[in-house]
Amino acid sequence: MTSILLGILALILAPLAGGLIAGLDRRVTARVQSRFGPPILQPFYDVAKLFGKEPRMGNVWQIFCAYIYLLGAAVSVFLFFAGADLLLLFFVQAIGAVFLVFGALARPSPYSQIGAQRELMQILTYEPLLILVFVGLAKATGSFKVAAIWSHPEPLLLQLPLLYLVLTTALTIKLRKSPFDFSTSHHGHQEIVKGVLTEYSGPYLGLIELAHWYEVVLVLGICALFWSTSLVGLLVLLAVTYAAEIFVDNTMARLTWRWMLGSALLAGLALSFLNLVWLYLA
Amino acid sequence: MLKDFIRSSRAKSPWIIHFDCGSCNGCDIETLACLTPLYDVERFGIVNVGNPKHADVLLVTGTVNHRNKHVLKNLYDQMPSPKAVVAIGACGLTGGVFREAYNVLGGVDKVLPVDVYVPGCPPKPEAIIDGVVLALKKFAEKQQAAG
Repeated sequence: MTSILLGILALILAPLAGGLIAGLDRRVTARVQSRFGPPILQPFYDVAKLFGKEPRMGNVWQIFCAYIYLLGAAVSVFLFFAGADLLLLFFVQAIGAVFLVFGALARPSPYSQIGAQRELMQILTYEPLLILVFVGLAKATGSFKVAAIWSHPEPLLLQLPLLYLVLTTALTIKLRKSPFDFSTSHHGHQEIVKGVLTEYSGPYLGLIELAHWYEVVLVLGICALFWSTSLVGLLVLLAVTYAAEIFVDNTMARLTWRWMLGSALLAGLALSFLNLVWLYLA
Repeated sequence: MLKDFIRSSRAKSPWIIHFDCGSCNGCDIETLACLTPLYDVERFGIVNVGNPKHADVLLVTGTVNHRNKHVLKNLYDQMPSPKAVVAIGACGLTGGVFREAYNVLGGVDKVLPVDVYVPGCPPKPEAIIDGVVLALKKFAEKQQAAG
């Protein structure tokens, strides 16, 4: 019962946390570029404005897909905080991610189509890495249940350092940060208009932004599993990880999907394999 | 309360699209200068989106001619309302020195309803930022009037 309540609480609080993180991110990024940057609450203004815009979409499919994307992200956050199975959570978030692509493919716009293809490539890269991280977590703790992993007596980072690196790569892709921001990006400047989000507009773009906040909270939650024994350790780990993401975002150029498949996926698979073998032998 | 928050958010989050309608690039450079660290329009939540479907404010520089008027109209039509148009520079306002040319229609207001005119050849970035802020105030007023 408490786990369900915790899940419902997370459903309400996650968008607030995700929006604040996005606001902080934009502020810090601006400071790194020696600009002043927008207010911390800027993402909330953006989304509120989007909800107030005229709903104008090309077809019903796209609207449906925007809702399913939000649903997928929200349900996976609920499952995580309710302490459910990591594998179930994995498949639920995959459904959401794929529906974002379906929505973009439902329109004939070439920008949207290219964005959708690139998003598929990104999904192809981070999904295997994510599942390997989950396998590592299960191997180290003996359970796929979030609740069981959470109550593991020692920090998992010490046992799974390489898998944590792999998870941060998946996080970079999920957050759409450079060098992996080629399906779409949070920055104004980019090469293919707005990629996978080109054809979403007004309130439906707002829904997608909301879903993105849920995803950010989910991935940071998974990161938190690696130091669940103390609150201070957890917060330090998350802060360092996110600061590293911002640093990478600001210092890296956008690279091609071939590069991503060739290095991020292969390096990720190799690191995961090494870590799993080490876990098996230890 | 939610409606009030949405209404106040509009003025805090103007996403702009910039269309060069046949300008000499003087105004364009001044417009893009607004995004640099010196002026940093993101302070006001202004983002240059480059996609009419995401934009709230259309910035137009340069003269309108018979060929690009269709593009200009098309961009405007793709923007979901509420939206505003800001004409920038002498050419965007009236056609400037090119107004007598055989192919030139004149200023942006020959094709679109312009909310704010930013004069200058080229206008300073401060004036352009001022124009965008004024445009937002205008469409807030328009909404108030419409209820």
